[in-house]
Amino acid sequence: MRKVVIPIGPQHPALKEPESFSVTLAGERIMAFSARLGYNHRGIEKACEARTYLQDIYLIERICGICSHTHATCFAQAVEEIAGLETPRRALYIRSIIGELERIHSHLLWLGVAGHEVGFDTLLMYTWRDREVVMDILAELTGNRVNYGMNVIGGVKRDLSPEHIEHILKAMDILEERTKYYIQVAKEETTLIQRLSGVGMLSREDALSLGAVGPTARASNVARDTRRDDPYAAYAELDFKIVTDDHNDVYGRTLVRMGELMESYRLIRTALKNIPDGPIAIKSPRKIPAGEAFSRYEAPRGEDVHYVKANGTDKPERVKVRAPTLANIQTVAKMLEDRQLADLPIVIAAIDPCFSCTDRLITVKDLNKRSPHIVKWEELRLHGIEWHRSNGIDFSKLNKKFAQEAIRCY
Amino acid sequence: MTKEENIVQELLKKFPFLKDKAKVQRVRRVVAETPAEGFEEVFVYAKEDLKFSILCTITGLDEGQALGFIYHMARTDGITFSLKFSVPKDKPVIKSVFKYFPNSDIYEREVMDLLGAEVEGLTKGNRYPLPDDWPKDEHPLRKDWKPKGTAASGALPDEEEKI
Repeated sequence: MRKVVIPIGPQHPALKEPESFSVTLAGERIMAFSARLGYNHRGIEKACEARTYLQDIYLIERICGICSHTHATCFAQAVEEIAGLETPRRALYIRSIIGELERIHSHLLWLGVAGHEVGFDTLLMYTWRDREVVMDILAELTGNRVNYGMNVIGGVKRDLSPEHIEHILKAMDILEERTKYYIQVAKEETTLIQRLSGVGMLSREDALSLGAVGPTARASNVARDTRRDDPYAAYAELDFKIVTDDHNDVYGRTLVRMGELMESYRLIRTALKNIPDGPIAIKSPRKIPAGEAFSRYEAPRGEDVHYVKANGTDKPERVKVRAPTLANIQTVAKMLEDRQLADLPIVIAAIDPCFSCTDRLITVKDLNKRSPHIVKWEELRLHGIEWHRSNGIDFSKLNKKFAQEAIRCY
Repeated sequence: MTKEENIVQELLKKFPFLKDKAKVQRVRRVVAETPAEGFEEVFVYAKEDLKFSILCTITGLDEGQALGFIYHMARTDGITFSLKFSVPKDKPVIKSVFKYFPNSDIYEREVMDLLGAEVEGLTKGNRYPLPDDWPKDEHPLRKDWKPKGTAASGALPDEEEKI
């Protein structure tokens, strides 16, 4: 049969973010798969070198909209190590609690996406509705649904009040009950089991040799978890189980993530029970002494690593980030070997890819005008409004009405 | 003796040239700096004998006259080993470690694009992470490379002026 090479992405309905894949097919069977990454590269590592450590925390938090706490904590840990700062224990507990809440929101988000990719949109609607519970808690604790801004060098910015603790515990009860129901669905719903079983196979040996991380590795029976192997924040004092599975397929990855949700509820309850009193941050010097540190963090998608080199000034000499998706993307070619093209969306989705994390400058150039220039944000917004108007969609009257109503309200 | 100190002792016994260059940075962190010629044997020894079976990533550094490369490896017990070596900037050639770690190629492509390293023995593949039309001699993570024409600076990039 003649082989056909088809491009998938950078813009494609099966992808949630822009990345380009090239798939060689014989009929419906995938013969070869290659990825071209870099569409989300924003030059954040370089940008960090031109900013102070404090500014970098905000920048690094924006590497990813989902694992924002992950990157900020990983970076803060490295800088604290170089500066020799002893982060207060209460701050370490708060970091772990926010980290687990982030894991819950990320895994519930994934479960919805996985449901959607296999045509089970009821699951998407259910899980994303329940995810709002944890999003509300995160917003209550930090002021934001994403990019929480909880970390500073030397601790955290906001403390937990008794009311917060009460609300978190209540939310954990609701989410635990819902997750039990999803586990029941995953174990009993025949259509889901058949659609996910045997799809995206990754043997334990391949997971090890290709350096898979996180739930992708754990669903191939690799019992690795940075929280236990190389404990950070408060994890050395918390008891939890590493969830593994030996299905080696997308079904296994689903079970692992659901098991991890249950462990996260347990972890948060224990952490809230044992959280010590005391300060939540210590003052950090503006200039960080010369040195280097290698920091690891178990993100919802797997191990995130940061390397920071300080040169004695208030700006780092070098910041290096390796997000989990970059480690996992290399396993996808193996998972798709000799599989059907229709399995591609769910197999890619099953590593829970985050390309924003993986790539880290975007400039929009206007080449049509006589003097080509870089388009500013406001210009881009006005262009969007004008474009819609020329295509018959005009919101100007509506906007005026809203503006008048807003004035009346005040 | 702790596990970390043991690792350093093993390294020093096998590779005397690492004297004063291998140390325990803190609990679960071992670091070493090797001359470029000795890198491969130390690297393979760390993987095979010292059981650093995970390659976390490769960090590239611009050190003025030289380019530095740190290979961050990890063991299942959580100990990590960061092995560093440097090569002169005018001849930044390093060897691929793909045959030891099949996941190394993406990290090696990254140091090629961002720091201008030449990686010997790397299989053909897509570049990462810069665009296909990015100039060959521009490597953003080199210290002398400055971003041109960013919205913040208000200046026009050179290539735009040519349009």
